[in-house]
Amino acid sequence: MKLNGDLIMDEQKKQNNIRNKKSLIECRGVDVFYGDKQALFGINLDIGEKEVTSLIGPSGCGKSTFLRCINRMNDVIEICKVAGTIKIDNEDIYHPDVDVVELRSRIGMVFQKPNPFPKSVYDNVAYGPKLHGRILHKDDLDAKVEKSLERAGLWSEVKDRLGEPGTSLSGGQQQRLCIARAIAIDPSIILMDEPCSALDPIATAKIEELIDELKDNFTITIVTHSMQQAARVSQRTAFFHLGKLIEVGDTEKIFRSPDHEQTEAYVTGRYG
Amino acid sequence: MWRIDINTDLLISLSLIIVSGLLSFTLAKQRAVFYLRNNEPLRSMPIYHGLYVSLWSTLLPIFLIIFLLFFKDSYLNYLVIPFLSEETIDLGIDEILYVKSFLINNISSLSTLISSGFISEGDANLLVEKYQETRVISFSSLVLLSIILSFVSYKKLSVRYDARRRVERILKFIFFVFSTIAVLTTVGIIFSLIFETLRFFSQVGFFDFVFGTHWSPQTAIREDQVGSSGSFGAIPLFTGTLLITAVAMSIAAPLGLYSAIFLSQYAKPKTRDFLKPILEILAGIPTVVYGFFAALTVGPFVRSCGEYIGLTVATESALAAGLVMGVMIIPYVSSLSDDVMTAVPLSLRDGSLALGATKAETVKKVIIPAALPGIVSALLLAISRAIGETMIVVMAAGLAANLTANPLSAVTTVTVQIVTLLVGDQEFDSAKTLAAFALGLMLFVITLALNVFAMIIVRRYRERYE
Repeated sequence: MKLNGDLIMDEQKKQNNIRNKKSLIECRGVDVFYGDKQALFGINLDIGEKEVTSLIGPSGCGKSTFLRCINRMNDVIEICKVAGTIKIDNEDIYHPDVDVVELRSRIGMVFQKPNPFPKSVYDNVAYGPKLHGRILHKDDLDAKVEKSLERAGLWSEVKDRLGEPGTSLSGGQQQRLCIARAIAIDPSIILMDEPCSALDPIATAKIEELIDELKDNFTITIVTHSMQQAARVSQRTAFFHLGKLIEVGDTEKIFRSPDHEQTEAYVTGRYG
Repeated sequence: MWRIDINTDLLISLSLIIVSGLLSFTLAKQRAVFYLRNNEPLRSMPIYHGLYVSLWSTLLPIFLIIFLLFFKDSYLNYLVIPFLSEETIDLGIDEILYVKSFLINNISSLSTLISSGFISEGDANLLVEKYQETRVISFSSLVLLSIILSFVSYKKLSVRYDARRRVERILKFIFFVFSTIAVLTTVGIIFSLIFETLRFFSQVGFFDFVFGTHWSPQTAIREDQVGSSGSFGAIPLFTGTLLITAVAMSIAAPLGLYSAIFLSQYAKPKTRDFLKPILEILAGIPTVVYGFFAALTVGPFVRSCGEYIGLTVATESALAAGLVMGVMIIPYVSSLSDDVMTAVPLSLRDGSLALGATKAETVKKVIIPAALPGIVSALLLAISRAIGETMIVVMAAGLAANLTANPLSAVTTVTVQIVTLLVGDQEFDSAKTLAAFALGLMLFVITLALNVFAMIIVRRYRERYE
């Protein structure tokens, strides 16, 4: 009897894309509305700790919208309403008592287009640590900046030009600067919204390498348009279509033998 | 009876030239359309054929007309002076001008001139005849030139003719001419200011003006008048201007900036659409209205407030004028700053928010540095508006040129004094009227220096986003 119950539970979990392994982020029934238009429909998705999860799907399928729910960047958009629950470390981030600013300081975000502040390279990286007051001495700040740039694989390239504006770097360097900026606030999660879509193949390869290294310390969720990229960098892949989560699973399975026809059509390039 | 009226003649020939331009436009265009219909390999579109011919037929004659307008006066002199009697010419330029204005207005007033002996009857008839001749020749030749030009350029057009690039070149030239006109006008104004100022300094010492601390610009009409020597020390005027501008900016800068921050970063779009136009209405209220508001409401209020805490306040005070002026220029600061802050890319704002910055931190550390050049030019615009403001000062701060830094006393400003120097019956070459030019030039130099200074500051501290 008990065994049977477990089986039913497992079946349900599979249905709702819920994992057995320990998850850092748990989303249940997430609906997002832009005004009257519904952009996401009851998303149930778990994101595992210290692994890379990629969100794929055709344009306008809601994957970026979903990503922005995780650090509540959707709050910035006036007409956007989010329903359902998202828990990070078992804490509901849409609970009225949650301090959004504090939440965002635990989650790094990298945007589609590199958006370094029009400040020096140093100030770009030091921006977060300075804000959150975790560092009191200049020496500690210097060390923090150096370490963050190093982890973003940028230190050797910019160590002599820390005073130059961040906007003077090349596109790929700018994006790695943005990653360094995000790392500098010691987040547990890093969200990446198509981080390579504005970059050339070489810069893209560097970023992908970097993502692979970073996954030992951070939980990374990446939205991407490139199936190859998803296959290269992620351990798990979620396929979105028309605001619904169609399928989620180990990346290998999604690309080799997906359960859903739609997923197969998309990953093989016949659709979307 | 014919009128001697060059303006009308110019207008008639101008309209004839335009008609010729339109006609040639249609003709050339129709011919090109005809080529197209016959499937001939037309190189430029029909509209360029039309434009090419019409531009050629109108441009040169129109430039000639403008040229003629400039030399209209010497042409009239050349026409009229030989017929005037010796005595009239001896009387001087004013009389010649008088006769000329009679002639230009209406030829029938010739009889008035004949009866008052400026011109003899025979001469009058000759004058009219000669004028008819010259104008028929000059103006019909302009129209003829237009027709010839259109004919020649029409002949040049063919199926493979590259009219498009030639039109482009002509348009480039026209744009160049127009931009030069704007620059030349500015240069002209500056030079006229400089020359009049030099005349002023031949009567009043340069250092007496720039460093003098006493301003009372009365000059004598008769030698034996009391207080016949005026003194032209400009310092009190400039300190007055500075004082009122400082008071106004201390109101307008914080209020304007903070409302801009609210509008661009905090307000919901609906609130913004509603609030911004209302704020901009402030700039549309005539300054006279602000003036009597300052004089009748704010002035007495400031005075009673001052008396309440035991200060003596003049009824007309720099503070009252400055306060009201500050309110008036709020929209100059807020509206422009709001625009530049809204123009800062959302990606920068999002980047900052995503790092866990609050809205206020984002505004302070990202938005304002990026929008700095625009904010500074908004402040500069407000300052130049405050410096140039006259009405509020006349009504609320008075006309007394006191050298003081106390905002509670009456002061006057440069612009107010320029007005008082020039209103009423004045001799145009007295030191009193010429002082207005000197003040104007000095004001110009100061605002220019202010602009250059601000530009240097901005270049140093701005954070350039792409």
